[in-house]
Amino acid sequence: MTATTSTYETIIGLEVHVEMNTHSKIFCGCSTEFGAPPNTNVCPICLGHPGVLPVLNREALNKAIKASLALNCTINSESKFDRKNYFYPDSPKAYQISQFDKPVGEHGWIEIEVGGETKRIRINRVHLEEDAGKSSHAADGSSTLVDFNRVGVPLIEIVSEADIRTPEEAKAYLEKLKAIMQYCEISDCKMEEGSLRCDANISLRPWGREQFGTKRELKNMNSFSNVQKALEYEQAAQEAILAAGQEIQQSTLRWDDAAKKTLVMRTKEDAHDYRYFPEPDLVQLEIDADWIASIRATIPELPGERRARYIEQYGLPSYDADVLTASKRVADFFEATVASGAEAKTVSNWIMGDLLAYLNHNNLEIHQTQITPEHLGAMIKMIQDGQISTKIAKSVFKDMLETGHDPAVIVKEKGLVQISDEGAIAKIVEEVLANNAKSVEDYKAGKEKALGALVGQCMKATKGQANPALVNKLILERIQG
Amino acid sequence: MSLLNASIRELHTKIISKEIKPSELAAASLERIQATDGKIKAFLHIAAEEAMERAKALDEQVHDIRQRSATGDLSHLLFGIPGAIKDNLNTKGLPTTAASKILANYTSAYDATAVDRLNKENYVLVGKTNMDEFAMGSSGENSGYFPTHNPWDLERVPGGSSSGSAAAVSAGQVLFALGSDTGGSIRQPAAYTGVVGLKPTYGLVSRFGLISYASSLDQIGPFTQTVEDAAVVLQAIAGHDPHDSTSANVAVPRYLDALTGDIKGLRIALPSEYFEEGLDPAVRAEVEKAIRVLESLGATVGQVSLPHTKYALAAYYLIAPAEASSNLARFDGVRYGVRTEADTLVEMYKQTRAQGFGEEVKRRIMLGTYALSSGYYDAYYLRAQKTRTLIKQDFDHVFASYDVILSPTAPTTAFKIGAKVEDPVTMYLNDIYTIPVNLAGIPAISVPCGLADGLPVGLQLIGKAFDETTLLRVAHAYETARGAMPRAML
Amino acid sequence: MSITIKEVEHIANLSRLAISEEEKGKMADTLGKILHFAQELQELDVENVAPTTHPQPLKNVLREDVSREWLSQEEALSHAPDQENGQFRVPAVMEG
Repeated sequence: MTATTSTYETIIGLEVHVEMNTHSKIFCGCSTEFGAPPNTNVCPICLGHPGVLPVLNREALNKAIKASLALNCTINSESKFDRKNYFYPDSPKAYQISQFDKPVGEHGWIEIEVGGETKRIRINRVHLEEDAGKSSHAADGSSTLVDFNRVGVPLIEIVSEADIRTPEEAKAYLEKLKAIMQYCEISDCKMEEGSLRCDANISLRPWGREQFGTKRELKNMNSFSNVQKALEYEQAAQEAILAAGQEIQQSTLRWDDAAKKTLVMRTKEDAHDYRYFPEPDLVQLEIDADWIASIRATIPELPGERRARYIEQYGLPSYDADVLTASKRVADFFEATVASGAEAKTVSNWIMGDLLAYLNHNNLEIHQTQITPEHLGAMIKMIQDGQISTKIAKSVFKDMLETGHDPAVIVKEKGLVQISDEGAIAKIVEEVLANNAKSVEDYKAGKEKALGALVGQCMKATKGQANPALVNKLILERIQG
Repeated sequence: MSLLNASIRELHTKIISKEIKPSELAAASLERIQATDGKIKAFLHIAAEEAMERAKALDEQVHDIRQRSATGDLSHLLFGIPGAIKDNLNTKGLPTTAASKILANYTSAYDATAVDRLNKENYVLVGKTNMDEFAMGSSGENSGYFPTHNPWDLERVPGGSSSGSAAAVSAGQVLFALGSDTGGSIRQPAAYTGVVGLKPTYGLVSRFGLISYASSLDQIGPFTQTVEDAAVVLQAIAGHDPHDSTSANVAVPRYLDALTGDIKGLRIALPSEYFEEGLDPAVRAEVEKAIRVLESLGATVGQVSLPHTKYALAAYYLIAPAEASSNLARFDGVRYGVRTEADTLVEMYKQTRAQGFGEEVKRRIMLGTYALSSGYYDAYYLRAQKTRTLIKQDFDHVFASYDVILSPTAPTTAFKIGAKVEDPVTMYLNDIYTIPVNLAGIPAISVPCGLADGLPVGLQLIGKAFDETTLLRVAHAYETARGAMPRAML
Repeated sequence: MSITIKEVEHIANLSRLAISEEEKGKMADTLGKILHFAQELQELDVENVAPTTHPQPLKNVLREDVSREWLSQEEALSHAPDQENGQFRVPAVMEG
């Protein structure tokens, strides 16, 4: 995709932090629960009291290995932790335990789909580290308040190669990453709760040049769309600087969502010296082939594989396959509905249409609604059997989402059964034709659209319950007959 | 003489036979402290009330312990025995300052594992001992509060960094004390004060709750009057701890069973590098006497070389400060400790740390930060870690043909207070015989082997990793053959 | 081996230690002496030597993923030099 008319090629690399959903923190037994009152999920260890020592959570390591495998990384058979030293109030030990030169996973890739094309984005590394606490400004602005509940929640940092070429690709990459993490049950990846965070490096270079331009780092984007917006803003800003014959200064910027622009946080001059060195309080990790194989066996079918299967097995358009597989829960729901006997494309239409619209509108996930795949399957069958119209079905569907009732019960209780009795419908048709002579004339005069108006009148008279196909047939018989 | 002038086992026998009560022992210890500590300054905090309360409660439990003891259960030899703990070990509910002003107001939130294990044996904690601030020093003069004095000569240092623990045992204030040893901080003060000091193999005693100085070198160990007492205390504190990732998962032998007195055929190595210039001839003479005693017991002695010894000090003074610069970064005035208020965060950090840390601590933080900083890491820190490998290999090589290595513990006897404070490098030379052991992670013990000009001399025995049994056996055999040593006159 | 005042200032800043003009000179001098003596290591050939970061070669020390409670909010804040609304308070962090 080189749809841009710019004289510059955009180069983007992303660093994504994902909080993993273990029960306890990475180096101590405190709970990782989100939203607890401040400083209640803390202990001397994560508060960095004198004399405490870290012990690695097995599950955190296993999930990091799983994530690395799902991102097609090679697992380093020997891995270790290092200390990254810096002072900040949210970092209790004034060093973060991270991985410097021997991360858990390296040299991976994922595939993204943008504009109907598939592109591979390489992953440089996946490493394991501890999260920091959370600081906020006190009401009067004179001080900063720190809550250490989050400190020590296990994180993986996923660093991409600079393979991303457009802000749109960046967003697609994040969506794919999120889907993979969710499929593997590693994280819920909620950017608004901070369980997925993204920093972006962006630079421009003239088309055809091999050497990268000076990059700037963007921080503080709190949604995938904001990542895209911030990159679009920065892309334009850098282009303007270069077009004016000026040079880009290496710096770190933050996205100000209210102002819709980036602001400089720091320049290269005050770059950190983190003084990495091997963490003496933790021992070497040796991850052998059996261990890797046992983790690999727990990885489910990933979104890319599933997408391909949907196209192949169900004959779905690639767009449908993309949308359905973006969330594992949605994809699972789709498959369960098809398994109950419904036709795949029809199921896909319902999910991509009414279901996703409802979820987006109410900011819900599918498991937070009451609907079951069996009920959706049953409802689709009722439409096919002519028991309800598609229009009625829409209201039944909403009812199912909210109440979880069987569609047959909803239809019965609300008296929504489709009228397919030819005699009863014929009577209504007679009345409508008698009262709408003008439309009848129009139709006869060749105005096809007039038929629709007549059908509409019949449906209105039956509160939408008449079988529309039957109504159509009876009207035509009478007008043309 | 005091009730305390006996071995732990002797006292144990008297306790279970109800000849003496734990509360009488605690009272004797506190009285001795009361009488002598004004001059010695071994303690930063004396837990008199807590100790008496605890001891009185133990008075009521003697019967239970007596029954257990009758079944051969040795896990309560420390029942009712008064002990002291170096102030860099956490003791729940009591002050723990590491002798630093930055922790002047700090009370431990938990017990260190080693302390917890002593608690399980029902020892009686009488107080927290003075030390060089954050264990950085070889004389006790770097305490953020006051220096400790050597019970043998109050004008002299007791050695360091475990200055108070050594002095408290030497002065008969307690039966035992825990210290920590990063580059000789148990063995050197033990030598200077005429007591037994044991640095176990790295990983044998959990470091959980020990305020880290240099994580890859620190080990906790006991100070006692005798080798047998050292075996008793080590037995209590050794063993795997799931809270310390570097704690070794090895079976702990019954150390007392090793004290057979039989060292016939034992192969002792004498490293030439430990007997070169810089060694005080009077110290050398006492150590040579000890060698002859060991030979008379049936041991054979051979000369060996540990060729990388001369690099140990340099490697140590890069590795330890590097780790310390990171370990001490947490003392930032945010969550605990003494804060110096300032308008900005960075200024608060800088003032808090500048006011809270003493000179030697700041010097080592600076040195360590430098050794790790961008552009210097490979030349300093990494090179020091590689040198460490060579030093370790030297020991492995010797231990292929020898059971223990013998040397003086320190090149001189205790020096005068103030004599070396102006020149850090001269001060660092006190540790040249002890530091290689920490770099290699192996065990060593210092046993008194005589007096030079009226001051104690220490004999160092170095063993293979996790072979404390052999060290204790040799040290005990020597101690028995040596006969009683005079004690500090106070 | 000598250390400049500028280097001393840089290291003091990285270490978050306030340092007076007078201390700077003394620190430069002492660090220089120690580093001079650390220069000895430069004469060793360590090219093919692996570094020792841990004295004992342990590996894969892990704990199970079980959570437990330890400190209450009150206990967590009991040592705090300054606090507000259940949180630790410090002078305002300035970005930049």
